[in-house]
Amino acid sequence: MNPAADIPLWVAVPTALLLLLGAGLALVGSLGLLRLGSFYERIHAPTLGTTLGIASVLAASMLYFSALQTRPVLHEILIGIFMVVTTPVTLMLLARAALYRDRTEGSRDVPLPSPPPQRPGTDASAPDSVIVQSGAEKGRQGL
Amino acid sequence: MTAALLGWSILVAQLFLGLGMGCAAFRLMRGPRAQDRVLGLDTMYVNATMLLLTFGIRTGSTHYFEAALVIALLGFVATAALAKFLMRGEVIE
Repeated sequence: MNPAADIPLWVAVPTALLLLLGAGLALVGSLGLLRLGSFYERIHAPTLGTTLGIASVLAASMLYFSALQTRPVLHEILIGIFMVVTTPVTLMLLARAALYRDRTEGSRDVPLPSPPPQRPGTDASAPDSVIVQSGAEKGRQGL
Repeated sequence: MTAALLGWSILVAQLFLGLGMGCAAFRLMRGPRAQDRVLGLDTMYVNATMLLLTFGIRTGSTHYFEAALVIALLGFVATAALAKFLMRGEVIE
């Protein structure tokens, strides 16, 4: 019934330790999601689970199945690569969306958008640079 | 011996992951703003991926791996689409 009976001890111990480490990191990240104060603090917490947490669980799975099937089983690397590529993208998108929402509401807790860069050699008070800036503003609003 | 060690550690890991999913579900239901809910959903997806991997180790079958991969894919698509929706008000322009 239990396939784990014929696993050697030197595979079982690292598998157990890696599993506990990964699950513990995921739990700490989720508790941080529960406990931290603002959204911008909270968005850091689950990355514990998405980096070292899932890497540990994937390593445990690779080790266990390699010992169980007596051949290298490496397809868990797919999930690892996928997580490493997608987590920064999604959290960056989410943080930018939250920042945009806070700025449109005029919240005081978020920094103001940085001013548009001035061209070197043009005076800010000259009328043509004002026209250039307003054109840039229009272009940005059109986007 | 090894079976007991692995069984208990898998059980504890599954309890940890279930508790983490509970915290994420609390943030999903309670979260003061929409972005908090999306973050809770993303955390739940990641914890579900790890929980499926531990189920795979417990049963010794590699079929759970494919389910974990699909859950990870769905998590990326869902979070990206929801963040886009929060940013623009529509998903596909």
